[in-house]
Amino acid sequence: MPSADDTQTADDAETGSDTPTDEAREGLLAILSDELGDALVASHLKPGDDLWIRVTNESWSDTADYLRNRQRFRFFDFVSAIDWMPSPYGRSLSAAVDDQLAEAEATSDEAAVASEDAKTGTGADGYTGGDTRFQVFARVYNLTTRLGVTLKADVDESMSIGTWINTYPGAAWQEREAHEMFGITFTGNADMRNIYLPGDFEGNPLRKDYPLMARLVKPWPGIVDVEPMPATENPEDAS
Amino acid sequence: MTAVNDREQLAYIASQAADARVNLELEAEGMTLNIGPQHPATHGTLRIVLELDGEQVIKADPVMGYMHRGYEKLVEVRTYPQVTTLINRIDWLSGFANEVPFILAAEKLMEIEAPERAKHIRTLLFEMSRIANVTLFLGDMAVQLGAVSPVFYAFRDREYVLNQIEAVTGGRFHPNFDRIGGLKDDLPAGWIEDTKVAIQKIYDFCDEMEDLLVGNEIFQARTRGIGIIPADVALSYGLSGANARASGIDWDLRRDSDVGQGGGLAYDKVDFKVWTHPDGDSFARYWVRLQETREACSIVEQLLDTIPSGPIMAKVPRIIKVAEGEAYVATENPLGEMGYYVISQGGLEPFRVKIRSASFSNMSITPWLLQGTYVPDVITILASLYFILGDIDR
Amino acid sequence: MIAIELAYWQEAILKLLLGFAIVLPPAGITVYLYLFKMVSFMQSRLGPMEAGPYGSLQLVAEIGKWAQKEDIFPTKADRFVYAAAPFVVLISTFLLVLVVPFGPDLAIIGGENGVDTGIFFALAVSSISVIGILMAGWASASKYSLLGGLRAAGQLIAYELPLVLAVVGVVIQAGTLSMQGIVSAQYEGEIFGFGGFGNPYFLTQFVGFMIFLISVQAELAQAPFDMPVAESELVTGYMTEYSGMRFLLFFIGEFATANVFAFIAATLFLGGWAVPPFLVDMIPGLEIDSWAFNLIGPAVMIVKMLLLTFVVYWVRFTFPRFREDQLQRFAWKVLIPISLVNIAVTGLLKVVF
Repeated sequence: MPSADDTQTADDAETGSDTPTDEAREGLLAILSDELGDALVASHLKPGDDLWIRVTNESWSDTADYLRNRQRFRFFDFVSAIDWMPSPYGRSLSAAVDDQLAEAEATSDEAAVASEDAKTGTGADGYTGGDTRFQVFARVYNLTTRLGVTLKADVDESMSIGTWINTYPGAAWQEREAHEMFGITFTGNADMRNIYLPGDFEGNPLRKDYPLMARLVKPWPGIVDVEPMPATENPEDAS
Repeated sequence: MTAVNDREQLAYIASQAADARVNLELEAEGMTLNIGPQHPATHGTLRIVLELDGEQVIKADPVMGYMHRGYEKLVEVRTYPQVTTLINRIDWLSGFANEVPFILAAEKLMEIEAPERAKHIRTLLFEMSRIANVTLFLGDMAVQLGAVSPVFYAFRDREYVLNQIEAVTGGRFHPNFDRIGGLKDDLPAGWIEDTKVAIQKIYDFCDEMEDLLVGNEIFQARTRGIGIIPADVALSYGLSGANARASGIDWDLRRDSDVGQGGGLAYDKVDFKVWTHPDGDSFARYWVRLQETREACSIVEQLLDTIPSGPIMAKVPRIIKVAEGEAYVATENPLGEMGYYVISQGGLEPFRVKIRSASFSNMSITPWLLQGTYVPDVITILASLYFILGDIDR
Repeated sequence: MIAIELAYWQEAILKLLLGFAIVLPPAGITVYLYLFKMVSFMQSRLGPMEAGPYGSLQLVAEIGKWAQKEDIFPTKADRFVYAAAPFVVLISTFLLVLVVPFGPDLAIIGGENGVDTGIFFALAVSSISVIGILMAGWASASKYSLLGGLRAAGQLIAYELPLVLAVVGVVIQAGTLSMQGIVSAQYEGEIFGFGGFGNPYFLTQFVGFMIFLISVQAELAQAPFDMPVAESELVTGYMTEYSGMRFLLFFIGEFATANVFAFIAATLFLGGWAVPPFLVDMIPGLEIDSWAFNLIGPAVMIVKMLLLTFVVYWVRFTFPRFREDQLQRFAWKVLIPISLVNIAVTGLLKVVF
């Protein structure tokens, strides 16, 4: 489960000190935390890459309105949702073949680097944390400053959150998709019919506890088709 | 005015209002026309339920999902290299272009950078799949408007480009060629000269289309002023690519994003113009795509002359585990902005992938856009928005 | 001329067979030559190549295919009207060809000189196909068919007018409604005193000729006037629900009518079955009313018909289609005023010269 981590902003500022600074995004983040006030719960900034902010569930619609009409984030990218629960069916990609490979891999230097990378990854469950199993996330873009912002918001057991269609009409279909795939209701969006699935479909396929039958019936065979890397001069290095 | 007159007037207003209500009810009793899912105009299985008054559309309701393959679920149980096999099939006319943003997102999370040569060839193949894709649009638009011949020219000339893509990747539509850290193979011998010949054919094709369609009075009469999308509306609906540029939005991820400018694709090495059109109608969308095809040809020509030497693959671990983190990478695909929001939890497989496909957003404007248009214009507008069904249904 | 006296029923059967002979084989020729081959070459492909030499028997194979197919009636279709509609469309084609002269003595009805009011009759019966199309559109119980049928009715009626008005110019110039008379008027005519070419009206009635061709294109619902059958929106319009032999009848109706209109246009504007007088003068002993022209005439007609249908198919596979409001506007605001002016000018010149 994601944990609330309000101090993450400060952490990021520190970790960002050895990387090139990103004044434009830092300036934007300062404005946003100023003007959104309590609505902005946490934020995460990767210099030169992207900006994530997490807002409260209640202020989801208002934030969209603020971003579009006050900050000129005119371009609407997408709205979707995440299910943070680890899959109850386990990691589907595990087979005896892979374990052998993984052992061989552990001896090489590259794997050590990779696993270290994995440890230093920020946030236990995604950038800017969160308290609930479900989160909605969306992305808008400001074409003038060429900056994008990814917004996130927690969705609690009531499984409802405000709609964006009054600000960004393009969100209508994306919200329908999130509704059928995760079961999240966007209050204010009257048209919550299924968009892809048949009308009488039961379940929310993109939830982690919705089984992918094909994988359960026929288990993962393991990685068997690893090609040798063309860049390695000596094929023995790679294996 | 006396009280009596007031009452009379009020009664008159009330009766007018009642009439209006009755009229409204009468008008609402239109015909429902079901276009699709099996219909010659929808090239795929899109279904549009039109409520008609005569031939005027009162309400348009696109129904999708006849080809929904659940890629967002399926990629959660696949390793990163396997994912490209699936996402090749999203926009099936330009398979290679689909792979690129996902691979770039994975590379970003793994902090791997592909070698210069790989970036260069990626960009080359990316633009060639754009040509292969948009060429078909240039012909197909004519078919939707009733001119049968241009689409045959489109199929004929697209084949030259597809042959070149096949010569490199081994696949005409689904190359599955891009790898995390580089490319699968290098270019075959003699390919550059052959490609230059193929690109020349596309230039000729563009000129042919300009003569045959753009200059044609009937074509202009059918497309000018039809399906006008103002720039602001286009942005709110998330329209991207040529559809947005035809509304005068000067926005192209090839030029305006870090990814395009050397962070994965080598558009910083070439000189190209981003075409826009102020009108925002169907004609503008056709015209912008026509110019873009020419521009893509010129990009390919420039890239062919400047391919750097060096390796085509960075050093990557044999088993690809992507570090924890989140990344959104979008590129300017033939249909518009295609992006992958990848959430990794450090495993072999992505934890969640949100596929932001261009056609889905481009089509989300149709209920608004088709209102009040006529049935023949519905077809024009749908054709000019240019969607690939796999890109809507994913 | 023919010496044998035939009973009425024998004569009727002969004429029926003659009608089929005039309508069907030329339709087959144009479908193969233009629809299969010329269009294929235009679209940089080969067209049918397997059935017979260069695919020449493809049409036979197609007919065999259609004949085997099930004749489907939609559940809610008005069965009788639905079944009858293709025949009504086809009948107008056969009625049209009755008055077209193919030689000095070769006209199916009306005796040696043909029907006195031949062109009037032709223009009248050409409207019958509208009824058949409306029947098909309504009886199919399909929305596509209904929209297609209504569009077709609106379009065909609108283009009937310029068609008739374009012919009026010819009638004024020839001074007769008889098609045989129009042919001889063109043969005997002179342009500024030079009679070597006769006076084919596509020169002196050029405006009328163009309007006639455009209207014919619209009457046939061929691109750019194919809104009624616009395959990208209405599937195939009023033909959507038809299958098997009944679809074939529509198909024959479409292409045979193209030929018959080309025959009429050839008669009205290209001199009909006659050849230019200087060619007749080159062969000693040949007169325009010699019996030999009963053999030469049909061949001349077919050549002229092929020339005109070439234009029809060329245009058909080149242009995008008009929207129906645009084509109505084109008929009412462009073609009809021009043809009215054409009539006035023709009348004036007729009086002056």
